[in-house]
Amino acid sequence: MANNQEFAQEFATITEARLETTGSRLRELVAHLRQQRAQLREEWARKITEAKLLTAMTKEEIFAEATSVYDNYVEALETGTYEALQAYARNLSERIIPRGVETHEVVGIVLLLRDVLARSLWAKYREDFNKLNRILDAYEPAANRIAGTVAVGFVQERERIIREQQEAIRELSTPVLQVRERLLILPIIGVIDPQRTRQLTEQLLRGIRTNRAKVVVLDITGVPYIDSPVANHLVQTVEAARLLGANVIVTGLSPEIAQTLVNIGVDLGKMNTVGDLQGGIEEAERLLGYKVVLTQEQTTRSSE
Amino acid sequence: MQVPILKQGAYLIATVQSALTDEDLKQLRDTLVLSVSRVRARGVIVDVTALDVIDSFATRTLRDVAHMIRLRGAETVIVGIQPEVAFSMVKLGLTLEGIATSLDLEEGLAYLNRKGNGSDHGARTHR
Amino acid sequence: MGLALIADEVRVSIDGDADIVFARQKGRKLASQCGFPSTDLAVVATAISELARNIVRYAVRGEVILRLVDDNGKRGIEVVAADDGPGIPDIGLAMQDGYSTSGGLGLGLPGTRRLMDEFEITSDLGKGTTVTVRRWKR
Repeated sequence: MANNQEFAQEFATITEARLETTGSRLRELVAHLRQQRAQLREEWARKITEAKLLTAMTKEEIFAEATSVYDNYVEALETGTYEALQAYARNLSERIIPRGVETHEVVGIVLLLRDVLARSLWAKYREDFNKLNRILDAYEPAANRIAGTVAVGFVQERERIIREQQEAIRELSTPVLQVRERLLILPIIGVIDPQRTRQLTEQLLRGIRTNRAKVVVLDITGVPYIDSPVANHLVQTVEAARLLGANVIVTGLSPEIAQTLVNIGVDLGKMNTVGDLQGGIEEAERLLGYKVVLTQEQTTRSSE
Repeated sequence: MQVPILKQGAYLIATVQSALTDEDLKQLRDTLVLSVSRVRARGVIVDVTALDVIDSFATRTLRDVAHMIRLRGAETVIVGIQPEVAFSMVKLGLTLEGIATSLDLEEGLAYLNRKGNGSDHGARTHR
Repeated sequence: MGLALIADEVRVSIDGDADIVFARQKGRKLASQCGFPSTDLAVVATAISELARNIVRYAVRGEVILRLVDDNGKRGIEVVAADDGPGIPDIGLAMQDGYSTSGGLGLGLPGTRRLMDEFEITSDLGKGTTVTVRRWKR
């Protein structure tokens, strides 16, 4: 074993250094960063433009956002808590995402700030190598955590916005059409997932109420296949519509889908199904008492 | 919480005003059954527009009401089930099988009138 | 479990059937504070109703605890229905549709599970039952 005394001395030095806690080191470097705020922020904003980031924003906007990001960054370093930062990151993201700012840009500018501040710490403490090390020991994990927090906040916000957009698109792609009084047609096209089915149900039920519909024709001609969970949701939709006093006719049932329904225990005999949409509408009109009108139309058509 | 019951011609209309406890539901059931006999009503409308929850107990009670009233020769229509409530009911697996349901009071009355006249359009009767 | 509490929890003591209505109204209010749409409010209230009724029916006393929770940005409502009743001897059986020991619609447990996104149940014979359900905001 090498010199015990040397070992003890070095141990004492390290321990002494540790007694100067991470907290106090952070406070020291935060004080420096606050003092240098104006020029560091300026340098950072310049680097952002050089790196061609945030091109969707004007110089003034970048400067304004840079100021609050800088302050929030330094505050997170100081307090060691990141909830406020995460909330700020989501808030900032909510503002800049509609402007077209992308993930790599946000990550990029935060990393640039991290580096600008690190360089500044280098410059200040480079005379004292040990002190520099300790300062960086305190700074680096905190700075990395900040970068991570901001990136995650941005991504979460982005995902939330995407979900909202998807919801809006789904709503557009599931129109509830009022064709005649008391008759609604709901054509479903494409593959339906549980999310879409839920939305479909809500739109349908609301539609029944608003239009006082007594009959709904649910056309699934355009649906290639459904799995059991979706089939269940569909059956529930039909049952819910009935609770609102509406009769549901399902049209366009392919043999595959019919089989899926049978497999989950649906008694197709109890469900009102008609082959195609046209037939479904005629059945609906019959239920609503439009029979006489239809016959007259047919007579007119055949005489042309 | 008393549910007001009005007589309109040969029909009784019970309009729920607010959330009903299990006791309220039982009381409503008993009152309706007694009233149907007393006034020789031909139809009963239970307006549940104000109910923000219809759970398994409420469903069971409504089914009992309809069943007992049918034994006394009258038809029951449940009206005004809210879309969100209908959604929850079917998710829970509750059905009002065998009981007519209509969108609202107007539709419910129209149904009873048609039923009385022999035709079967309008409200859904679940088999 | 990693869930953060968003606000104070709401505890409703369940002693009689009037408490069933009270608990679900509290639940509805809490869920609307979280920003749930109206369909979800009805779903949550219905689930609370079923769970609270089980407490009234099968246990002497119990409690419904309502919490708004946050799981890494995902927000939702958590309902814990705990009682010190006789417990459920066969949970598997109780979770089957149509099962009932009292001639009714059963404990409504499978239905309640369909209503909510997450469902957990523990039960000890002679000690009580705790059902925890959660619904997340989409």
